[in-house]
Amino acid sequence: MTSIDSTIKPRLTIKEILIKIVRNQLFIPLVALLLLVIFNLATDPGFFKIALEPNSDGNLVLSGNLITMIDYASELVILAIGMTLVTSASGGQDISVGATIAIAGSTVLRIVKTQSPDISGGTFAGIIIGSFLLCVLVSAIFGAFNGALVAFFKIQPMVATLILFTAGRSIAAWINNNDNISITDKRFSYFGNFIPGIAVPTPVFITILCLIVIAIVLKVTNLRLYSQAVGINASSSRLNGINPKMIKLLTFVILGICVAVCGFIKVSRTSSITYSVIANNIEMDAILAVALGGNNLGGGKFNLSASVLGAYVIQFLTTTLYKFKEIDSSSISAYKAVVVILLIIISSPFVRKLFEDAKNKREAARTEAVNAGAGKETV
Amino acid sequence: MANSAILEMRGICKFFPGVRALENVDFTLREGEIHALMGENGAGKSTLIKVLTGVYPKDGGEVWLADQPVHIKSPQDAQNKGIATVYQEITLCPNLTVAENMYIGRTKGPFTDWGFINRSAGKLLDELGIPVSPTEQLGNCSIAIQQMVAIARAVDMDCKVLILDEPTSSLDEQEVQKLFNLMRDLKAKGVGIIFVTHFLEQVYEVCDRITVLRDGKLVGEYIIEDLPRVQLVSKMLGKDFDDMAEIKSGHESENIDLNGTPVYQAINLTGTTGIKPFDFEIHQGEVNGFTGLLGSGRSESVRAIFGADRVVGGKVFIDGKEVKIRKPLDAMKHGISYLPEDRKLDGIVGDLSVRDNIILALQVMKGFFKPFSKAQAEAFADEYIKLLNIKTASQDTPIKSLSGGNQQKVILARWLLANPQYLILDEPTRGIDVGTKVEIQKLVLKLAAEGRSITFISSEIDEMIRTCSRLVVMRDGKVVGELKGEDLNQNKIMATIAGGES
Repeated sequence: MTSIDSTIKPRLTIKEILIKIVRNQLFIPLVALLLLVIFNLATDPGFFKIALEPNSDGNLVLSGNLITMIDYASELVILAIGMTLVTSASGGQDISVGATIAIAGSTVLRIVKTQSPDISGGTFAGIIIGSFLLCVLVSAIFGAFNGALVAFFKIQPMVATLILFTAGRSIAAWINNNDNISITDKRFSYFGNFIPGIAVPTPVFITILCLIVIAIVLKVTNLRLYSQAVGINASSSRLNGINPKMIKLLTFVILGICVAVCGFIKVSRTSSITYSVIANNIEMDAILAVALGGNNLGGGKFNLSASVLGAYVIQFLTTTLYKFKEIDSSSISAYKAVVVILLIIISSPFVRKLFEDAKNKREAARTEAVNAGAGKETV
Repeated sequence: MANSAILEMRGICKFFPGVRALENVDFTLREGEIHALMGENGAGKSTLIKVLTGVYPKDGGEVWLADQPVHIKSPQDAQNKGIATVYQEITLCPNLTVAENMYIGRTKGPFTDWGFINRSAGKLLDELGIPVSPTEQLGNCSIAIQQMVAIARAVDMDCKVLILDEPTSSLDEQEVQKLFNLMRDLKAKGVGIIFVTHFLEQVYEVCDRITVLRDGKLVGEYIIEDLPRVQLVSKMLGKDFDDMAEIKSGHESENIDLNGTPVYQAINLTGTTGIKPFDFEIHQGEVNGFTGLLGSGRSESVRAIFGADRVVGGKVFIDGKEVKIRKPLDAMKHGISYLPEDRKLDGIVGDLSVRDNIILALQVMKGFFKPFSKAQAEAFADEYIKLLNIKTASQDTPIKSLSGGNQQKVILARWLLANPQYLILDEPTRGIDVGTKVEIQKLVLKLAAEGRSITFISSEIDEMIRTCSRLVVMRDGKVVGELKGEDLNQNKIMATIAGGES
C-alpha cells in the first residue's frame, strides 16, 4: 500500500499542477497569444523588430508591429474593463459602446474646436481637462441611462443598449451639427499619438493608468464581491443587504467612464471625427475580449486580467492579419472569425468538460489499481 | 427468492474536482421490489441516481440491466432502456394538459391524434387510480397529482426501473398514502422502484430493502425486517446515535424575562404579500416558532419582519426604541438575521466560494468601501467551518458543489458571523440529513442559552415542539393563536392549525 502511494503521489502532484495551469482562466488567452507570436515569427522573423526612428513630426519614437499592436489595443483594453464588470453584474453586454464613444468624442471636440491654436499652455490644459470632465459626465449619464433600463426596468442588457446603439451616432453628429471638425492645434493630438520627447505612444500610458485605477478600486471596495454576488444570485444578494439595482447601475456608469476615455483617445488620434465610422464594431471586439478571457457571458464570476489579455489577443490577431498583403482588407473579418470561433470552442464548457471527464476516468482507474493492490495485500 | 435482479450496479465510481462522490458502490434492484436508498446528504445518493440515469457519465464500474451490461449515455438513453425518474421538483410543464405531459416528446411524426392520446391517457390514469382528467391543465392539479402524473408517464413508457427521488417532501399525509398505494400497485406489476427519501417512517412503511451509503461508499444492503430504525440511523451516521434524545424537551424558560422589554416588537406590521397585519414580540433568550400549513403566511410574516418584502405599515421597536425597517440591510443593522426558506433561490450564491458565502452578510454590513483583508476573511471562514463542522474540500470550493446540509451550514455560518441579537431561521432543516438536523436544533438551543432570540420555523412539528417555547399559529395569512407551556403538544397544535375546537 505504502509503496504504491509513494510511487503515485509525486506523479499526481505534477499532474495536478499541470491541470491547475490548464484550468486557469489566463491559460487560453495566453496560449492564443503565444501561438500568434510563433506564427508571426515563423512567417516573418522581423515581425517583432522595434526601431527608434523619427516620425513625421521629427520626434524620435518607437515603431514596429508590437508597438502598433499595443498602442491600438488601448481602447479595447479600457472597454474590456467596463464590459467585464457589466457582464458580471447584469449577465448581459452593452452593445452601444461604439456609438457612445462617438458621443464622447463629439463632446470633446465640441469644446476643443472653439479654441484658437495659439492659446497658452495653461489655458489649453484647462480646456483639455474641462472637455475631458464634461465627456466623462456625458458618458456616465448615458451609461446610467443604459443601467437604469437594465436595473429598474429589467430590460435585457442587449435590448436596452440597442437604443443607444441605434441612436448614438446620430446624437454624436447632432452635438456638432454634423460638422466636419479638424483640430489644428498639434497639442490636442498628443493624447492619441506621442508627446514630444517621449518615445512610447500616449494611449499606452493612459491604458496603464486605467488598469491601475481599476485595480485600486477593486482593492479598496467590494465591487468584485458585490457584482459577482448580484450576477450569480440577485435575490440572495438582496437578502444579504446588497442593492442589486444600484450595483448594476454602478457597473454601467463605470463602463460609461471607460467609454469616455476611449472616446477621448479616439478623437485625439486623428484630431477629427467621422460620426458613422469612429469605433465601428468595437462593441463586438470588447464582448469577444470578455469571452476570450474565459468569463461567463451569463454573469457572475469574472477575471479582469483574462479579459484584458483577451483584448490584446484580439488586437494582435487583427494586426497580424493586416500584415498579410495577400489578404484583402475587406475579407479580414472573415479570417478573424475563423480564429475567434476556434478560440471560443476551445474555451467552451463542453470542451472543458471533455478534459475533466478524461481526468476523472484516469483517477478512477488509479483508485481501482490502488484498491486492487490493497485487496491483494489483505487477502 | 424468485425475484431476479433487474438492475445491478457494480463498483461504480464518480469523481468531482477534489471530491470522491462515489467509490466502488454496488447496488442491486430486484423485480417487484421497493428499495430505499438511504444516506445523509453528501452520502452519494443523488450522484448514484444521476449516474444511473445518465446525467453524469460514470468514471468506473459497470451497470447491468436484466443481465445485460449496458452503457447509459444520457437521460434520454436511460428512458429508452426502461429507467424512469420522478424528481422532487416536478419537471413537467404546468401549462400543458395532463395527457400532453404524459406523451410529450414521445409522439411520432408531425401529426398527433390528440383524441386517441387523451383516451389512452384516461385509461391508464383509471388503471392506476389517479383521480384526474387527462384534459385538465397540469398546473391546476395538486403537487401530489402532478407527481403521480409523472409516475404514470414513466409507467406508460414501460419502465422496468422507477426512481422516485424525494417524491414525498411536498406532500401531505393523505397524498403520501395515495402515492404509496400507487407504488404498491406498480410493485405488484413487477416494476422495481428505487425510493430516495429522508423520512424514516415512510421507508419502514413501504420498502422491502434498504441500501445505505455513507461518504460515497456502500455501507450495506439490508432486508427491512433485519434493520431496526435505530440501527439504520447509526449506519447512516456511522456512529452510535442516541437519536434526538439529547435535545431536551423541557426548556429553561424560567430564565427568560417575559415582562422585560422585548428584543423585537412589531405592532400592526403590514406587508404586501397577502398576510393580515399582525403583532409580534420576542424576548431575549427566547425561541419561538411560526407554524401553519404551507401557504398560511408563516414565511411571509418573518420576511416582513426582516424587510425582505415590502412593508407598508406598522411600528417596529428594537429594545424598546422605534426603528424603521424598510429593507434587509436595515434589519441587519439592527441585529436581525434571516435564513431564508428557499436555500437555492434566496440563500446560497452558487458560484462563489464557501469563504465568500460565509463573510457576505458581515461584509455588506461593514460597507462597500471597507472590504475585509484576505487574511481576515480566511480566519472567519476557518473559524466557522470548524465550529459548524462544515464538510468542504477547501474554503475556495464553490458552495454549489457542497451537499444540501453543508450548504445550509454555510448559510447559518454567514448569519452567525453577523452576530445577530435576533435570528430568524425559516425551515433550516428542510431537505437535509438527520445528523445535521439534530446539530442545527442543538445549535438553536445553545444560541438561545447565550441570550439570543430565535424564531425557528419547521414543517416538522416535532422539531418545533422540541425547540420552541412559544408557537405562533397561522392560517390563511392570519395569526390564529399562540401556544405555550402545556399547550405545546401535537394535538393542540394540529387543532389550532385546523381551526376546529378540540
